[in-house]
Amino acid sequence: MITEIGHFALVLALAVALLQGSLPLIGAWRGIVGLVGLARPAAIVQFFLVALAFGCLMTAFITSDFSVINVANNSHSAKPLLYKIAGVWGNHEGSLLLWVLILTFFGAAVAVFGRNLPAAFRARVLAVQALIGIGFLLFVVFTSNPFLRVFPPPMDGGGLNPLLQDPGLAFHPPLLYLGYVGFSTAFSFAIAALIEGRIDPVWGRWVRPWVLGAWCALTGGIALGSWWAYYELGWGGWWFWDPVENASFMPWLAGTALLHSVIVVEKRDALKTWTVLLAILTFSLSLLGTFLVRSGVLTSVHAFATDPARGVFILAFLVIVVGSSLVLFAARASSLKGWGYFAPISREGFLVLNNLFLAAAVGTVFLGTLYPLFLDALTGEKVSVGPPFFERTFVPIMVPLVVLMAVGPLLKWKRSDILGIAGRLKAGVLGAMLVVVVALTWADARSALALAGMALAGWLLIGCMAILAERAKFSSGQVGQSLIRLARTPTATWGNAIAHLGVAIFILGVTASETWQIEKLQIMRPGESVQVGDYRFTFEGSEPLAGPNYTAVRGTFQVHHKGAPFVRLSPEQRHYPVPPMTTTEAAIYPMISGDLYAVVGDPNGTGGWSTRIYYKPLVSWIWGGALVMMLGGLMSLMDRRHRVGAPARRRLLKSPAAQEVA
Amino acid sequence: MSFRHLVPFILFVVVVVSLGVGLTLKPKEIPSALINLPVPDFQLPPLEGKTNGLASDNLRTGSVQVVNVFASWCLPCRDEHPFLMQLAKSGRATVNGINYKDKPEKVAKWLAEVGDPFARIGADLEGRVSIDWGVYGVPETFIVDGAGRIRMKYLGPLDNSDRTTAFLECLDTIARGGDQCSK
Repeated sequence: MITEIGHFALVLALAVALLQGSLPLIGAWRGIVGLVGLARPAAIVQFFLVALAFGCLMTAFITSDFSVINVANNSHSAKPLLYKIAGVWGNHEGSLLLWVLILTFFGAAVAVFGRNLPAAFRARVLAVQALIGIGFLLFVVFTSNPFLRVFPPPMDGGGLNPLLQDPGLAFHPPLLYLGYVGFSTAFSFAIAALIEGRIDPVWGRWVRPWVLGAWCALTGGIALGSWWAYYELGWGGWWFWDPVENASFMPWLAGTALLHSVIVVEKRDALKTWTVLLAILTFSLSLLGTFLVRSGVLTSVHAFATDPARGVFILAFLVIVVGSSLVLFAARASSLKGWGYFAPISREGFLVLNNLFLAAAVGTVFLGTLYPLFLDALTGEKVSVGPPFFERTFVPIMVPLVVLMAVGPLLKWKRSDILGIAGRLKAGVLGAMLVVVVALTWADARSALALAGMALAGWLLIGCMAILAERAKFSSGQVGQSLIRLARTPTATWGNAIAHLGVAIFILGVTASETWQIEKLQIMRPGESVQVGDYRFTFEGSEPLAGPNYTAVRGTFQVHHKGAPFVRLSPEQRHYPVPPMTTTEAAIYPMISGDLYAVVGDPNGTGGWSTRIYYKPLVSWIWGGALVMMLGGLMSLMDRRHRVGAPARRRLLKSPAAQEVA
Repeated sequence: MSFRHLVPFILFVVVVVSLGVGLTLKPKEIPSALINLPVPDFQLPPLEGKTNGLASDNLRTGSVQVVNVFASWCLPCRDEHPFLMQLAKSGRATVNGINYKDKPEKVAKWLAEVGDPFARIGADLEGRVSIDWGVYGVPETFIVDGAGRIRMKYLGPLDNSDRTTAFLECLDTIARGGDQCSK
């Protein structure tokens, strides 16, 4: 019964979306107030209907209702509750429903928080949002319906892919989708602006919090996924340039560029055409990611159960959404005239450079991800593009970006004096040298590339501090005054400094863990030890173990640090019966200075076990950096100047008075 | 409308056409690097209770041979088994097996249950020889010509699909003395 309610709610949501996607557009075009006013309640109702459907599916999973095919295929009664819930989005149909849920959530959020947007504009935004929703609801209802029944119901379910039974991964898709789908709002704002043929600084102010929010969620989602890969796959790596990873990384890069170009629209009334294109591009890349993951055109370790029929549908959808918006763009872009002049040494000049580098980075990842497909389509030749390609092309693009990143925030709008900031650049160079010296005394491996990475991080670190030091005018010498100024610094400026600091932390983590990692692979018998850096790992043996829905072999290592007992590590190799699969649970002891990482593999049959042990210096700084970036983004979002409508409200209050005076 | 602003759309069309063509392709069909190369040097012991193991020398007999990598725990192997039985009976090629990471008692029981089409079976308990063959999932099936060169690698179960037809055509081409199988 509950399942049927869910199914019904979903179809009803589709009907509401059809209304919301058409009538408000007509209303805004013809100036019919009633139709324009329809958009807000429709968006909220649509969200509640999809949420109801989602709730019903979740109920089916929690109660293990195996008469629902989706539950029977993807759940199992012996599964812990958390993974029954995560099972809802651990499959194609359910994850698509989550996609729609988040899409309608953002629609409802615009309806609720966008109270100060002009009614016609808001109606257009919500209509575009609903048009996207129609496509996905059709997709769910007609090709990927999670509410289909099966008779007779099986005794028990097929189980969730054990690799996905992990707390990190339970929250990875929702966070990732919040980001992916969050960019739909920026897209809808861009399309609505194109329809109206007008973009002004206020538009930049409206759209920025949505871009920031989506960006924060996507940053968190990608970091969580990378962290999962690090401890669950047991390969010791954290990023593999896998097509599916790239599918989420491309919208992130484009979204980062968008985040910065929107500021130029807001502050300088410039870069409008490019920003609109970027908003379309970012969401298109999100859609492309959805296509790549579900169509099976690219092979990947973590693509969903793929189906070419679904691929055809998403491709058609991609053609309609992206194709029509790009045609609209071509038709209307010339009307978005902006203020054209840029001084090369200015805040906006550097933001343009930021956009150029990030766009080049998107292009690189795009090419690397899709090149095998293009080549296969054209010539039938099979190639695979691996990490070496990405490392060789991506890193050289990122290096100048980071160099400029430290300088950009110190520049003034319109024009800045390069000599004026030269003094502060000296501090940056000193900072870079300091970090290199610390690195040299701390580790003995000396690769030029690693030192360059360290220097880059140091340079950026000082740059971030300079943002705040500038504000507080520490150079004036009056510490008390400066502290007061610092306290009064807008949260957005703090956000700026902190987000960029996150990048510096990330670079430190990547450089240190890639360069100074120690890796030992060997067969160990109980009692044997191996020295890894300052740590001595003694293998104490392996024993069988029973978990809630798996059996495992657990190895134990006693770790000594400089002779003193330090910690015990217990990596596992788990065997799940449904579906049959073996997973590696690496034992990780994270420290700020670095992680101890141990994996136990198969027995060799004569009493030894294959073991892998790593020491990874500063590796947790990679995710720490991402977290700090996200924090910076959230702080920017908190700034009341950027809260939706706050400035618009003031203008609204003022304008009638101004008219009276006139 | 200026041409400049149409550029993104044109690029998009190119991408979409490629994606569309991509949908018709099967990225899972990865050609083996071993095609047209001699079979790797190996020697596998027979299964418990049998006498005919499999070694490289057994695959240089002057006639076309099929090498099927299978395991009793592998469900698709059970699906394709009737096909192998029929193939062996038809005499179009000698069918050999490499038993991949299996338990001797289980595979014996399995063969007793579903039938044994294999002229020779090598027991690859550790999976080392299968690595030399470039096997990354069971079942996989190889066509080896009379001189002991690998002529085709077939991924997944032989299931009377178009791909299986291509497999049989290749088998006949090689049996007739041809030395290339078209793609």
